[in-house]
Amino acid sequence: MPDSEHYGMLAEFKEPERLVEAARRARAEGYRDIDAFTPFPVEGLGEILQFRDRRVLWLGLIGGFTGFFTALAMQMFTNFDFPINAGGRPLYPLSAFAVVAFELTVLFSAAFTAIGMLALNGLPRLRYPVFGAPRFHLASKDRFFLCIKAGDPRFDPSATRTFLERLGAETVELVPA
Amino acid sequence: MSVTSEQTRPIISPQQTLSDVTDQLASIPLHFPTRRRWLIALALSSLLLLLFFVAATVLFTRGVGVWGLDIPVNWAFAIHNYVWWLGIGHAGTLISALLLLMGREWRNSLNRFAETMTLFAVVCAAVYPVLHLGRPWYIYWMFPYPATMKVWPQFRSPLEWDVWAVTTYLTVSILFWYIGLVPDLAAARDRAHRRGWQVFFGVFSLGWRGSALHWLRWQQAYRLLAALAVPLVVSVHSEVSLLFASGQIPGWHSTIFPPYFVMGAAFSGFAVVAMIAIAIRALFRLQNLVTDDHLDVLGKVLLATGLMTAYGYVFEIFDALYGGHPHEIQTVEDRLFGIYAWSYWGAVFFNFVVLQGLWWRSVRRTPWALFLIGLSVAVGMWLERYMILVTSLYRDFLVSSWGHYTPSFWDWAQYLGTIGLFMVPFLLVIRVFPVISIFETKELLEEEEEEQAGLRHA
Repeated sequence: MPDSEHYGMLAEFKEPERLVEAARRARAEGYRDIDAFTPFPVEGLGEILQFRDRRVLWLGLIGGFTGFFTALAMQMFTNFDFPINAGGRPLYPLSAFAVVAFELTVLFSAAFTAIGMLALNGLPRLRYPVFGAPRFHLASKDRFFLCIKAGDPRFDPSATRTFLERLGAETVELVPA
Repeated sequence: MSVTSEQTRPIISPQQTLSDVTDQLASIPLHFPTRRRWLIALALSSLLLLLFFVAATVLFTRGVGVWGLDIPVNWAFAIHNYVWWLGIGHAGTLISALLLLMGREWRNSLNRFAETMTLFAVVCAAVYPVLHLGRPWYIYWMFPYPATMKVWPQFRSPLEWDVWAVTTYLTVSILFWYIGLVPDLAAARDRAHRRGWQVFFGVFSLGWRGSALHWLRWQQAYRLLAALAVPLVVSVHSEVSLLFASGQIPGWHSTIFPPYFVMGAAFSGFAVVAMIAIAIRALFRLQNLVTDDHLDVLGKVLLATGLMTAYGYVFEIFDALYGGHPHEIQTVEDRLFGIYAWSYWGAVFFNFVVLQGLWWRSVRRTPWALFLIGLSVAVGMWLERYMILVTSLYRDFLVSSWGHYTPSFWDWAQYLGTIGLFMVPFLLVIRVFPVISIFETKELLEEEEEEQAGLRHA
C-alpha cells in the first residue's frame, strides 16, 4: 500500500555485488519503485532498474544541431548585413565558417548535456529525505544503499523490512518523508 | 604470458580500502596537511601575480609600445606565450577525456589536477590577446552585438575564429571539470565537520546523493562531454595554427601546421602534467595513488608525443626543400643558421635530446629525473614557439622590411606574471577541492579487486 508519511526503506550493504544481488531480488519480488545510493557508478544496476532514459544523449544531439545552425546563421547574417569585399573572396565561404560552426556545435551540445543532466536529475536540490538517515553519509564513502520507496504499491513497513534484512543488509532503516 | 601480467598488474595497490582512500583524499581540503609549504608556494606565486598586474598596468597606461614588438615582428611575446599556455592546457583535456573513452583507468589518479591545470592555463592564454589589443576595453567588439555603428565582427578572419575557439574551450573545460567534481564535493561534504565547510561543499555539490538513476544519467553526460572534448582540443589547436598558416609568411604557410601544433601542444602539456603530478604527490604524500607506474606511463606518453613532434620538425624542413620556394628555403636557413639559430637548436636540444632519457625505465620511474625532463620540454616548447614566430617574421619577402626583435623588460615581466596567474588559482583550488578524483579512484580500486578475485577463481 502506498505510504505518504515515509520516503522509503533504506538497506545498507558492504559490497557492490551484494547491492546488485539485492536489487535483483527486490525486482523479482515485485518491487518497482527502487533506487540505490552508491559512492561510484555500480555496473549492472542500470539493467536491473530498467533504466532506459536516453534524454541526456538526445539533448546533447539537439544542442549540437542548435549550435551548428546558430553559428551558420550568425556568420551569414553578419556578412549579409555588413558585406566587405576582401580581395574578391566570397561573402559566404563555408570553409571560413567551419571553425566557428564546429566550436558552437560543441559548446551548445556540451551545455545542453551538462545542464540537461542536472535538470533531469532534479539537481540542485539541497534537502532530500535520505540525507536525514543516520548512516547515509557512508553512501559517499564505502557503503552501498538500496532503497525501496514508500510509493511502491507493494511497500509495507514491516514486510519490506524483513525482506531486506533477509537479503543480508547490514542495517535497515525506515526513512521519513 | 608477459603481456597479460602487465595488463592485470594493478596500478594502485589493492590493499587499500574504499574507506582509506576517501578519508585520505577528502581530508586534504578539510584538514590541510602541508600548510607551511603550501603557504610558501602561495607567497612566491602571489609575488609573480603582483608582477602580472604591475606589468599589465604599465601596458595599459603606456600602450603596447612598452613591449619589444615592432614591424616586422609585430606578434611576438603576446601570441608566443598565448600558444604556449594554450598548448599546455590541452594535455589536461586529453588525459581526462581521451583516456576515459579509451577505458584507461590509470587516468583516474591524474585527471582532476590535469583538468585544473587546463582551466588556468587557458585563462593565462586567453589574457594575452586581450592585453595585446592595445585598447582592451574594446574587447566586446569581438562579439556580434547590434552596434549603433552598424558593423559586425569579421567571421572570415582567423582572429575572430580564435575568440570563439578559446571561449568554447574554456566553457567546455569548466563544465567537464565541474560535472566530474560534483560527486567528490558530495563526499567532502559528508566528511566535513565545521559549519563553513559543510555549507561550502553542500552548496557546490548541488545536493548530489549518489542515486543510481543519477549516476546513470551522469555517466551518459560525462562520456558525451568527453567525446565532445577530444575533437574540441584538436579543433582549437588546429585553429590556433591557422592563425599562422592562413598567412602567406614563409615558414607558416604549410598544411603540416595543424597536426604539428596539436602534437606539440599535447607534448608540452604532458610535460607539465608530469611535473605537477610529481609535485602534488610529494606535497601531499600521495605516492600510494600517484604511483611510480603512473610516472612510468606518463614518461612513455611524453616520449611518444615528443617523437611525433620531432616528425613535425623533420617534415617542416622537407616541405621547404621539396617545395623549392626560395623564400621558404631562406627561412629554413635563417632558422638553422641565422641570428635566432639559438632558438631553433635550443628547441631541438631541450625538446628532443634531453627527452631520449625516457627510453630508460629507471629514468621514467625516478621522480626528479622525470620532473627535470618535463621542465626541459616546457622550456623547449617555449623556444619552439619563439622560433616559429620570430624567425618567420624578421625576414620575409622584401629585404627592405627586414628587422630584428628583442623582448623588452615588460615583455618578460608580463610573461613571468602569467606564471603567477596560473599558480595562484591552481594552489587555491588544490587547497579547497579534492585534488585527486575520490570516486574514480574508488571505482578503479573496486575494478582491481574484482579482477584479482576473477584471477583467483580462474
